[in-house]
Amino acid sequence: MYKLTYKQYFEALKEGKLLGLKCNDCGSYTAPPKLCCDKCGSTNNEVVTLSGKGVIKTFTVIRVAPEGYDAPYIVAMAELEEGPWLMGNIANVDPDKAKMDNIIGKKVTVGAKVLPKMNYTPDEGVTPAFIIAE
Amino acid sequence: MRKVCVAGVGMTKFGKSEKSSIEMFAEAAMEAIIGSNIKPSDIQCLYLGNVFGDFEEGQALMAPYAAREIGLSVGTPSLRFEGACASASMAIRDAFVAVAGGFYDVVLAGGTERELAMGTPLATRTFNMATEQYYEGMTGLTFPGVFAILSRLYSKKYGIPLSKLKERMAMVAVKNHKNGAKNPLAQFRKEITVEEVLSGPMIAEPLQLLDCCPFTDGAAAIIITTEEKAKKMVEKPVYILGVGQGSGAPLYRQKDFTLIESRVAAAKTAYAMAGIEPKDIDVAEVHDCFTTAEIVATECLGFFDFGTASEAVEKGETQIGGRIPINPSGGLKSKGHPIGATGAAQAYEIVKQVRGEFVERGTQVEGAKIGLTDTLGGDSGVICNIIYGIKG
Repeated sequence: MYKLTYKQYFEALKEGKLLGLKCNDCGSYTAPPKLCCDKCGSTNNEVVTLSGKGVIKTFTVIRVAPEGYDAPYIVAMAELEEGPWLMGNIANVDPDKAKMDNIIGKKVTVGAKVLPKMNYTPDEGVTPAFIIAE
Repeated sequence: MRKVCVAGVGMTKFGKSEKSSIEMFAEAAMEAIIGSNIKPSDIQCLYLGNVFGDFEEGQALMAPYAAREIGLSVGTPSLRFEGACASASMAIRDAFVAVAGGFYDVVLAGGTERELAMGTPLATRTFNMATEQYYEGMTGLTFPGVFAILSRLYSKKYGIPLSKLKERMAMVAVKNHKNGAKNPLAQFRKEITVEEVLSGPMIAEPLQLLDCCPFTDGAAAIIITTEEKAKKMVEKPVYILGVGQGSGAPLYRQKDFTLIESRVAAAKTAYAMAGIEPKDIDVAEVHDCFTTAEIVATECLGFFDFGTASEAVEKGETQIGGRIPINPSGGLKSKGHPIGATGAAQAYEIVKQVRGEFVERGTQVEGAKIGLTDTLGGDSGVICNIIYGIKG
Protein backbone atom coordinates (compact mmCIF):
# COMPACT_ATOMS: atom_id res chain seq x y z
CA MET A 1 0.00 0.00 0.00
CA TYR A 2 2.85 2.43 0.86
CA LYS A 3 4.59 3.86 -2.19
CA LEU A 4 7.27 5.53 -0.04
CA THR A 5 8.06 4.52 3.55
CA TYR A 6 10.19 6.51 5.97
CA LYS A 7 13.06 4.09 5.42
CA GLN A 8 13.06 4.51 1.65
CA TYR A 9 12.80 8.29 2.10
CA PHE A 10 15.75 8.26 4.55
CA GLU A 11 17.92 6.08 2.27
CA ALA A 12 17.36 8.44 -0.68
CA LEU A 13 17.98 11.54 1.47
CA LYS A 14 21.32 10.03 2.55
CA GLU A 15 22.25 9.77 -1.13
CA GLY A 16 21.33 13.42 -1.75
CA LYS A 17 17.91 12.77 -3.30
CA LEU A 18 14.82 14.37 -1.76
CA LEU A 19 11.84 12.17 -2.57
CA GLY A 20 8.17 13.03 -2.28
CA LEU A 21 4.79 12.05 -3.63
CA LYS A 22 2.95 13.73 -6.49
CA CYS A 23 -0.82 13.31 -6.45
CA ASN A 24 -2.26 12.15 -9.78
CA ASP A 25 -5.68 13.50 -8.80
CA CYS A 26 -5.01 17.04 -7.52
CA GLY A 27 -1.41 17.57 -8.63
CA SER A 28 -0.07 18.64 -5.24
CA TYR A 29 3.12 17.37 -3.61
CA THR A 30 3.44 15.60 -0.25
CA ALA A 31 6.76 15.44 1.62
CA PRO A 32 7.87 13.92 3.89
CA PRO A 33 5.82 10.96 2.63
CA LYS A 34 2.62 9.57 4.06
CA LEU A 35 -0.02 7.11 2.97
CA CYS A 36 -2.23 9.58 1.12
CA CYS A 37 -2.03 12.99 -0.50
CA ASP A 38 -1.79 15.63 2.23
CA LYS A 39 -4.15 17.93 0.33
CA CYS A 40 -6.94 15.73 -1.03
CA GLY A 41 -6.44 12.36 0.68
CA SER A 42 -6.06 10.41 -2.57
CA THR A 43 -3.85 7.31 -2.64
CA ASN A 44 -3.44 7.70 -6.41
CA ASN A 45 0.04 9.17 -6.19
CA GLU A 46 3.55 8.48 -7.46
CA VAL A 47 7.07 8.84 -6.08
CA VAL A 48 8.97 11.79 -7.53
CA THR A 49 12.34 13.41 -6.93
CA LEU A 50 11.90 16.96 -5.65
CA SER A 51 14.20 19.87 -6.54
CA GLY A 52 15.69 19.98 -3.03
CA LYS A 53 15.46 23.78 -3.11
CA GLY A 54 13.53 25.99 -0.74
CA VAL A 55 13.37 29.08 1.45
CA ILE A 56 13.76 29.31 5.25
CA LYS A 57 10.50 30.44 6.89
CA THR A 58 11.45 30.33 10.59
CA PHE A 59 14.08 28.96 12.98
CA THR A 60 15.32 28.76 16.56
CA VAL A 61 18.64 28.15 18.25
CA ILE A 62 18.24 25.38 20.81
CA ARG A 63 20.24 26.26 23.93
CA VAL A 64 18.89 23.53 26.25
CA ALA A 65 18.97 20.20 24.44
CA PRO A 66 17.31 16.84 25.00
CA GLU A 67 19.42 13.93 26.24
CA GLY A 68 21.51 12.71 23.30
CA TYR A 69 21.87 16.14 21.59
CA ASP A 70 24.56 18.80 22.08
CA ALA A 71 23.43 22.46 22.18
CA PRO A 72 23.62 24.94 20.58
CA TYR A 73 22.19 24.05 17.18
CA ILE A 74 19.68 25.55 14.78
CA VAL A 75 16.28 24.00 14.02
CA ALA A 76 14.50 25.56 11.06
CA MET A 77 11.52 25.11 8.76
CA ALA A 78 11.92 25.55 5.01
CA GLU A 79 9.26 25.82 2.30
CA LEU A 80 10.21 23.74 -0.73
CA GLU A 81 9.72 24.98 -4.30
CA GLU A 82 7.02 22.33 -4.73
CA GLY A 83 5.05 23.57 -1.70
CA PRO A 84 5.67 21.23 1.26
CA TRP A 85 7.55 22.41 4.37
CA LEU A 86 10.38 20.43 5.98
CA MET A 87 11.86 20.71 9.43
CA GLY A 88 15.62 20.33 9.67
CA ASN A 89 18.88 21.73 10.98
CA ILE A 90 20.92 24.48 9.31
CA ALA A 91 24.34 23.10 8.46
CA ASN A 92 26.45 26.11 7.52
CA VAL A 93 25.56 28.90 10.00
CA ASP A 94 27.18 29.41 13.41
CA PRO A 95 24.27 29.25 15.91
CA ASP A 96 25.73 32.23 17.78
CA LYS A 97 25.45 34.33 14.61
CA ALA A 98 21.93 33.24 13.59
CA LYS A 99 19.58 36.24 13.47
CA MET A 100 16.23 36.73 11.77
CA ASP A 101 17.66 38.87 8.95
CA ASN A 102 20.46 36.47 7.98
CA ILE A 103 18.29 33.33 8.13
CA ILE A 104 14.59 33.94 7.36
CA GLY A 105 13.89 34.25 3.63
CA LYS A 106 17.26 32.78 2.63
CA LYS A 107 17.40 30.23 -0.18
CA VAL A 108 18.57 26.77 0.82
CA THR A 109 19.36 23.38 -0.65
CA VAL A 110 18.42 20.26 1.28
CA GLY A 111 21.25 18.01 2.46
CA ALA A 112 21.20 15.20 5.01
CA LYS A 113 22.45 14.59 8.52
CA VAL A 114 22.72 10.98 9.69
CA LEU A 115 21.99 10.27 13.35
CA PRO A 116 23.17 7.04 14.96
CA LYS A 117 20.69 4.83 16.76
CA MET A 118 20.08 6.32 20.22
CA ASN A 119 18.01 5.42 23.26
CA TYR A 120 14.35 5.26 22.25
CA THR A 121 14.98 5.37 18.48
CA PRO A 122 14.31 2.26 16.41
CA ASP A 123 17.24 2.64 14.04
CA GLU A 124 19.63 5.19 12.57
CA GLY A 125 17.87 8.43 11.61
CA VAL A 126 18.26 10.90 8.76
CA THR A 127 17.18 14.51 9.08
CA PRO A 128 17.32 17.35 6.52
CA ALA A 129 20.37 19.61 6.81
CA PHE A 130 19.62 22.93 5.12
CA ILE A 131 22.53 24.62 3.39
CA ILE A 132 22.13 28.36 2.94
CA ALA A 133 23.28 29.51 -0.51
CA GLU A 134 26.31 31.77 -0.40
CA MET B 1 -27.74 13.10 25.69
CA ARG B 2 -28.00 13.52 29.48
CA LYS B 3 -26.91 16.70 31.23
CA VAL B 4 -23.52 16.23 32.92
CA CYS B 5 -22.12 17.98 35.99
CA VAL B 6 -18.97 18.25 38.06
CA ALA B 7 -19.47 17.57 41.78
CA GLY B 8 -16.23 17.67 43.81
CA VAL B 9 -12.74 18.69 42.69
CA GLY B 10 -9.31 18.08 44.24
CA MET B 11 -5.74 19.12 43.61
CA THR B 12 -2.35 18.74 45.28
CA LYS B 13 0.17 21.51 45.83
CA PHE B 14 2.20 21.77 42.62
CA GLY B 15 6.01 21.81 42.73
CA LYS B 16 8.53 19.29 43.96
CA SER B 17 6.86 16.32 45.65
CA GLU B 18 8.24 13.58 47.85
CA LYS B 19 5.15 11.50 47.07
CA SER B 20 4.73 8.93 44.29
CA SER B 21 2.47 9.67 41.30
CA ILE B 22 -0.13 7.32 42.73
CA GLU B 23 0.07 8.88 46.20
CA MET B 24 -0.36 12.36 44.71
CA PHE B 25 -3.33 11.24 42.64
CA ALA B 26 -4.90 9.47 45.63
CA GLU B 27 -4.79 12.69 47.66
CA ALA B 28 -6.36 14.79 44.89
CA ALA B 29 -8.97 12.08 44.21
CA MET B 30 -9.93 11.72 47.87
CA GLU B 31 -10.42 15.50 48.12
CA ALA B 32 -12.77 15.31 45.11
CA ILE B 33 -14.61 12.28 46.55
CA ILE B 34 -15.07 13.89 49.98
CA GLY B 35 -16.12 17.15 48.30
CA SER B 36 -18.78 15.20 46.38
CA ASN B 37 -20.13 13.60 49.58
CA ILE B 38 -19.76 10.11 48.08
CA LYS B 39 -17.76 6.98 48.85
CA PRO B 40 -15.04 5.49 46.61
CA SER B 41 -17.35 2.51 46.01
CA ASP B 42 -19.86 4.86 44.29
CA ILE B 43 -17.36 5.45 41.46
CA GLN B 44 -18.01 3.33 38.38
CA CYS B 45 -14.87 4.06 36.34
CA LEU B 46 -11.50 5.81 36.62
CA TYR B 47 -10.04 7.81 33.72
CA LEU B 48 -6.44 8.69 34.65
CA GLY B 49 -4.16 11.01 32.71
CA ASN B 50 -0.47 10.13 32.91
CA VAL B 51 2.22 10.57 30.29
CA PHE B 52 5.72 9.64 31.43
CA GLY B 53 5.24 7.44 34.51
CA ASP B 54 7.35 4.85 32.71
CA PHE B 55 10.33 7.25 32.56
CA GLU B 56 9.73 9.06 35.85
CA GLU B 57 9.22 6.09 38.16
CA GLY B 58 9.54 3.06 35.90
CA GLN B 59 5.81 2.70 36.45
CA ALA B 60 3.57 1.64 33.58
CA LEU B 61 -0.01 0.45 34.19
CA MET B 62 -0.71 3.13 36.77
CA ALA B 63 -4.51 3.31 36.46
CA PRO B 64 -5.51 0.06 38.21
CA TYR B 65 -3.04 0.59 41.06
CA ALA B 66 -4.37 4.14 41.50
CA ALA B 67 -7.93 2.77 41.50
CA ARG B 68 -7.19 0.28 44.27
CA GLU B 69 -5.07 2.81 46.21
CA ILE B 70 -8.19 4.92 46.79
CA GLY B 71 -10.51 2.00 47.44
CA LEU B 72 -12.37 1.62 44.16
CA SER B 73 -13.92 -1.83 43.97
CA VAL B 74 -12.29 -4.75 42.14
CA GLY B 75 -14.95 -4.61 39.44
CA THR B 76 -14.25 -0.96 38.54
CA PRO B 77 -12.55 -0.43 35.17
CA SER B 78 -9.59 1.98 35.11
CA LEU B 79 -8.01 3.49 32.01
CA ARG B 80 -4.85 5.49 31.34
CA PHE B 81 -5.23 8.49 29.02
CA GLU B 82 -2.14 9.64 27.15
CA GLY B 83 -2.56 12.81 25.13
CA ALA B 84 0.72 14.45 26.16
CA CYS B 85 0.00 17.71 28.02
CA ALA B 86 -3.76 17.38 27.32
CA SER B 87 -4.11 13.92 28.93
CA ALA B 88 -6.35 14.93 31.84
CA SER B 89 -8.59 17.08 29.64
CA MET B 90 -9.03 14.07 27.36
CA ALA B 91 -9.93 11.99 30.44
CA ILE B 92 -12.51 14.59 31.51
CA ARG B 93 -13.96 14.81 28.01
CA ASP B 94 -14.31 11.04 27.77
CA ALA B 95 -15.88 10.93 31.24
CA PHE B 96 -18.38 13.51 29.97
CA VAL B 97 -19.08 11.34 26.90
CA ALA B 98 -19.63 8.22 29.04
CA VAL B 99 -21.98 9.96 31.48
CA ALA B 100 -23.82 11.95 28.79
CA GLY B 101 -24.36 8.77 26.78
CA GLY B 102 -25.81 6.97 29.80
CA PHE B 103 -23.18 4.26 30.26
CA TYR B 104 -21.91 5.49 33.65
CA ASP B 105 -23.44 7.73 36.31
CA VAL B 106 -20.28 8.53 38.31
CA VAL B 107 -16.75 8.73 36.86
CA LEU B 108 -13.54 9.86 38.54
CA ALA B 109 -11.26 11.69 36.08
CA GLY B 110 -7.96 13.45 36.50
CA GLY B 111 -4.26 12.93 36.19
CA THR B 112 -0.87 12.79 37.84
CA GLU B 113 2.76 13.40 36.89
CA ARG B 114 6.15 13.43 38.64
CA GLU B 115 8.42 15.19 36.16
CA LEU B 116 11.11 16.53 38.48
CA ALA B 117 12.35 13.00 39.17
CA MET B 118 13.71 12.88 35.58
CA GLY B 119 16.12 15.84 35.62
CA THR B 120 16.24 18.37 32.76
CA PRO B 121 18.04 16.39 29.97
CA LEU B 122 15.78 13.31 30.21
CA ALA B 123 12.66 15.42 30.82
CA THR B 124 13.51 17.49 27.72
CA ARG B 125 13.99 14.27 25.74
CA THR B 126 10.71 12.74 26.89
CA PHE B 127 8.77 15.93 26.09
CA ASN B 128 10.37 15.85 22.62
CA MET B 129 8.74 12.41 22.21
CA ALA B 130 5.37 14.15 21.82
CA THR B 131 6.52 15.73 18.56
CA GLU B 132 6.39 13.55 15.44
CA GLN B 133 9.58 11.50 15.72
CA TYR B 134 10.73 10.54 12.23
CA TYR B 135 10.61 13.88 10.42
CA GLU B 136 10.58 16.41 13.28
CA GLY B 137 11.88 15.06 16.61
CA MET B 138 15.20 13.94 15.13
CA THR B 139 16.17 17.56 14.46
CA GLY B 140 16.58 17.88 18.24
CA LEU B 141 13.49 20.09 18.44
CA THR B 142 12.46 20.80 22.03
CA PHE B 143 9.11 22.12 23.26
CA PRO B 144 10.50 25.59 23.94
CA GLY B 145 11.88 25.22 20.38
CA VAL B 146 8.37 24.69 18.96
CA PHE B 147 7.10 27.96 20.42
CA ALA B 148 10.36 29.72 19.56
CA ILE B 149 9.78 28.79 15.91
CA LEU B 150 6.18 29.93 16.26
CA SER B 151 7.23 33.26 17.82
CA ARG B 152 9.33 34.16 14.78
CA LEU B 153 6.58 33.11 12.35
CA TYR B 154 4.16 35.28 14.34
CA SER B 155 6.49 38.29 14.38
CA LYS B 156 6.97 38.09 10.58
CA LYS B 157 3.34 37.34 9.72
CA TYR B 158 1.83 40.24 11.66
CA GLY B 159 4.71 42.68 11.26
CA ILE B 160 5.30 42.99 15.01
CA PRO B 161 9.04 43.56 15.57
CA LEU B 162 10.49 40.71 17.63
CA SER B 163 11.67 43.13 20.36
CA LYS B 164 8.10 44.45 20.73
CA LEU B 165 6.62 40.95 20.69
CA LYS B 166 9.11 39.77 23.30
CA GLU B 167 8.12 42.63 25.60
CA ARG B 168 4.45 41.65 25.29
CA MET B 169 5.33 37.97 25.78
CA ALA B 170 7.10 38.97 29.00
CA MET B 171 3.88 40.71 30.09
CA VAL B 172 2.07 37.35 29.82
CA ALA B 173 4.61 35.84 32.24
CA VAL B 174 4.33 38.83 34.59
CA LYS B 175 0.51 38.60 34.64
CA ASN B 176 0.48 34.86 35.29
CA HIS B 177 3.05 35.11 38.07
CA LYS B 178 1.02 37.94 39.62
CA ASN B 179 -2.00 35.60 39.74
CA GLY B 180 0.04 32.56 40.78
CA ALA B 181 1.60 34.48 43.68
CA LYS B 182 -1.87 34.47 45.27
CA ASN B 183 -2.48 30.75 44.62
CA PRO B 184 -1.36 28.61 47.59
CA LEU B 185 -1.17 25.54 45.32
CA ALA B 186 1.13 27.18 42.74
CA GLN B 187 4.74 26.10 42.19
CA PHE B 188 6.08 29.67 41.94
CA ARG B 189 4.40 32.12 44.30
CA LYS B 190 6.54 35.03 43.27
CA GLU B 191 5.85 38.12 41.20
CA ILE B 192 8.34 38.90 38.43
CA THR B 193 9.06 41.92 36.21
CA VAL B 194 9.36 42.38 32.43
CA GLU B 195 13.06 43.22 32.96
CA GLU B 196 13.63 39.91 34.77
CA VAL B 197 11.99 37.96 31.92
CA LEU B 198 14.07 39.77 29.30
CA SER B 199 17.35 39.24 31.15
CA GLY B 200 16.93 35.50 31.82
CA PRO B 201 19.02 32.73 30.24
CA MET B 202 18.16 31.82 26.64
CA ILE B 203 16.43 28.42 26.30
CA ALA B 204 15.41 28.34 22.62
CA GLU B 205 15.86 31.68 20.87
CA PRO B 206 13.88 33.92 21.28
CA LEU B 207 12.39 32.19 24.37
CA GLN B 208 14.11 32.86 27.67
CA LEU B 209 13.77 30.96 30.94
CA LEU B 210 10.79 32.94 32.26
CA ASP B 211 8.94 32.57 28.94
CA CYS B 212 8.75 28.84 29.77
CA CYS B 213 6.63 26.89 32.24
CA PRO B 214 8.56 24.68 34.69
CA PHE B 215 8.77 20.93 35.14
CA THR B 216 6.38 20.04 37.96
CA ASP B 217 5.09 17.25 40.20
CA GLY B 218 1.37 17.25 40.96
CA ALA B 219 -2.07 15.71 40.57
CA ALA B 220 -5.68 16.84 40.19
CA ALA B 221 -9.04 15.05 40.04
CA ILE B 222 -12.74 15.72 39.48
CA ILE B 223 -15.96 13.78 39.93
CA ILE B 224 -18.20 13.79 36.85
CA THR B 225 -21.79 12.71 37.22
CA THR B 226 -25.36 13.23 36.05
CA GLU B 227 -27.26 16.45 36.77
CA GLU B 228 -29.69 14.48 38.93
CA LYS B 229 -26.98 12.88 41.09
CA ALA B 230 -24.87 16.04 41.29
CA LYS B 231 -27.82 17.98 42.73
CA LYS B 232 -27.99 15.44 45.56
CA MET B 233 -24.20 15.45 46.13
CA VAL B 234 -23.37 19.16 46.25
CA GLU B 235 -24.95 22.55 46.75
CA LYS B 236 -23.51 24.07 43.57
CA PRO B 237 -23.20 21.54 40.75
CA VAL B 238 -21.20 22.88 37.80
CA TYR B 239 -22.47 21.90 34.36
CA ILE B 240 -20.24 20.74 31.54
CA LEU B 241 -21.89 22.75 28.76
CA GLY B 242 -19.70 21.81 25.82
CA VAL B 243 -16.62 19.80 24.86
CA GLY B 244 -14.45 19.72 21.76
CA GLN B 245 -11.31 17.90 20.75
CA GLY B 246 -9.17 18.09 17.63
CA SER B 247 -6.29 16.12 16.09
CA GLY B 248 -3.49 18.18 14.59
CA ALA B 249 -0.90 17.10 12.02
CA PRO B 250 2.86 17.33 12.62
CA LEU B 251 4.16 20.91 12.35
CA TYR B 252 5.80 20.46 8.93
CA ARG B 253 2.37 19.59 7.51
CA GLN B 254 0.62 22.44 9.34
CA LYS B 255 3.23 24.79 7.80
CA ASP B 256 2.43 28.23 9.32
CA PHE B 257 1.06 27.07 12.67
CA THR B 258 0.42 30.51 14.21
CA LEU B 259 -3.23 29.65 13.53
CA ILE B 260 -3.65 26.22 15.13
CA GLU B 261 -6.45 24.62 13.13
CA SER B 262 -7.05 21.76 15.60
CA ARG B 263 -7.73 24.37 18.29
CA VAL B 264 -10.07 26.42 16.11
CA ALA B 265 -11.98 23.21 15.31
CA ALA B 266 -12.09 21.97 18.92
CA ALA B 267 -13.27 25.34 20.24
CA LYS B 268 -15.93 25.59 17.51
CA THR B 269 -17.32 22.19 18.54
CA ALA B 270 -17.38 23.15 22.22
CA TYR B 271 -19.02 26.55 21.62
CA ALA B 272 -21.66 24.98 19.34
CA MET B 273 -22.52 22.29 21.92
CA ALA B 274 -22.83 24.93 24.64
CA GLY B 275 -24.82 27.20 22.31
CA ILE B 276 -22.61 30.16 23.15
CA GLU B 277 -19.97 32.39 21.56
CA PRO B 278 -16.46 33.35 22.69
CA LYS B 279 -17.79 36.65 24.07
CA ASP B 280 -19.96 34.69 26.54
CA ILE B 281 -16.92 33.23 28.34
CA ASP B 282 -16.26 35.04 31.63
CA VAL B 283 -12.94 33.41 32.53
CA ALA B 284 -10.52 30.97 30.88
CA GLU B 285 -7.63 28.73 31.85
CA VAL B 286 -5.54 28.60 28.70
CA HIS B 287 -2.52 26.46 27.80
CA ASP B 288 0.34 28.89 28.50
CA CYS B 289 3.20 26.39 28.41
CA PHE B 290 5.16 29.28 26.87
CA THR B 291 4.28 32.96 26.77
CA THR B 292 3.58 32.96 23.01
CA ALA B 293 1.44 29.85 23.47
CA GLU B 294 -1.08 31.89 25.49
CA ILE B 295 -1.10 34.66 22.89
CA VAL B 296 -1.92 32.37 19.95
CA ALA B 297 -4.38 30.30 22.01
CA THR B 298 -6.52 33.31 22.89
CA GLU B 299 -6.76 34.15 19.17
CA CYS B 300 -7.74 30.62 18.13
CA LEU B 301 -10.36 30.54 20.91
CA GLY B 302 -11.98 33.65 19.42
CA PHE B 303 -11.23 36.07 22.27
CA PHE B 304 -9.15 38.31 20.00
CA ASP B 305 -8.70 38.77 16.26
CA PHE B 306 -5.68 37.01 14.77
CA GLY B 307 -2.55 39.10 15.20
CA THR B 308 -4.01 41.31 17.95
CA ALA B 309 -3.71 39.27 21.17
CA SER B 310 -0.24 40.51 22.14
CA GLU B 311 -1.51 44.09 22.02
CA ALA B 312 -4.49 43.04 24.17
CA VAL B 313 -2.05 41.68 26.76
CA GLU B 314 -0.25 45.03 26.79
CA LYS B 315 -3.59 46.82 27.33
CA GLY B 316 -4.38 44.58 30.31
CA GLU B 317 -7.42 42.93 28.70
CA THR B 318 -6.40 39.47 29.98
CA GLN B 319 -5.84 40.58 33.59
CA ILE B 320 -8.36 39.77 36.32
CA GLY B 321 -10.79 42.70 35.92
CA GLY B 322 -9.96 42.95 32.21
CA ARG B 323 -12.23 42.09 29.28
CA ILE B 324 -11.44 38.34 29.42
CA PRO B 325 -9.35 37.22 32.40
CA ILE B 326 -6.90 34.50 31.32
CA ASN B 327 -5.23 32.12 33.78
CA PRO B 328 -6.32 33.51 37.16
CA SER B 329 -4.70 30.40 38.73
CA GLY B 330 -1.29 31.51 37.52
CA GLY B 331 -1.52 29.19 34.53
CA LEU B 332 1.01 26.53 33.63
CA LYS B 333 3.63 29.28 33.76
CA SER B 334 3.42 29.99 37.49
CA LYS B 335 1.17 27.28 38.91
CA GLY B 336 3.23 24.57 37.20
CA HIS B 337 2.67 21.96 34.49
CA PRO B 338 2.56 18.31 35.60
CA ILE B 339 1.46 17.30 32.12
CA GLY B 340 -0.74 14.32 32.98
CA ALA B 341 -2.64 16.44 35.53
CA THR B 342 -2.76 19.87 33.90
CA GLY B 343 -6.24 19.67 32.33
CA ALA B 344 -7.79 18.58 35.63
CA ALA B 345 -6.01 21.42 37.46
CA GLN B 346 -7.48 23.84 34.90
CA ALA B 347 -10.90 22.30 35.62
CA TYR B 348 -10.28 22.69 39.38
CA GLU B 349 -9.70 26.42 38.87
CA ILE B 350 -12.67 27.03 36.56
CA VAL B 351 -15.12 25.00 38.68
CA LYS B 352 -14.16 27.05 41.75
CA GLN B 353 -14.24 30.30 39.77
CA VAL B 354 -17.85 29.75 38.65
CA ARG B 355 -18.77 28.70 42.19
CA GLY B 356 -17.29 32.02 43.38
CA GLU B 357 -14.79 30.45 45.80
CA PHE B 358 -11.73 32.64 45.22
CA VAL B 359 -12.83 35.90 46.84
CA GLU B 360 -10.56 35.38 49.84
CA ARG B 361 -7.63 34.36 47.66
CA GLY B 362 -8.02 37.66 45.83
CA THR B 363 -8.27 36.12 42.35
CA GLN B 364 -12.03 35.75 41.96
CA VAL B 365 -13.29 36.90 38.56
CA GLU B 366 -16.34 38.89 39.65
CA GLY B 367 -19.63 37.41 38.52
CA ALA B 368 -18.03 34.53 36.58
CA LYS B 369 -20.75 32.08 35.45
CA ILE B 370 -19.17 30.43 32.40
CA GLY B 371 -15.55 29.36 32.12
CA LEU B 372 -13.44 27.55 29.53
CA THR B 373 -10.41 25.29 29.75
CA ASP B 374 -8.01 24.99 26.83
CA THR B 375 -5.38 22.26 26.85
CA LEU B 376 -2.81 21.53 24.17
CA GLY B 377 -1.11 18.15 23.82
CA GLY B 378 2.18 17.90 21.97
CA ASP B 379 2.70 20.63 19.39
CA SER B 380 -1.09 20.78 18.86
CA GLY B 381 -1.57 17.07 18.08
CA VAL B 382 -4.32 17.16 20.70
CA ILE B 383 -6.39 20.18 21.58
CA CYS B 384 -9.18 19.77 24.10
CA ASN B 385 -11.62 22.52 25.07
CA ILE B 386 -14.23 22.18 27.82
CA ILE B 387 -16.84 24.77 28.82
CA TYR B 388 -18.13 24.79 32.42
CA GLY B 389 -21.06 26.81 33.75
CA ILE B 390 -23.23 27.37 36.76
CA LYS B 391 -26.98 28.10 36.87
CA GLY B 392 -28.39 31.39 38.11
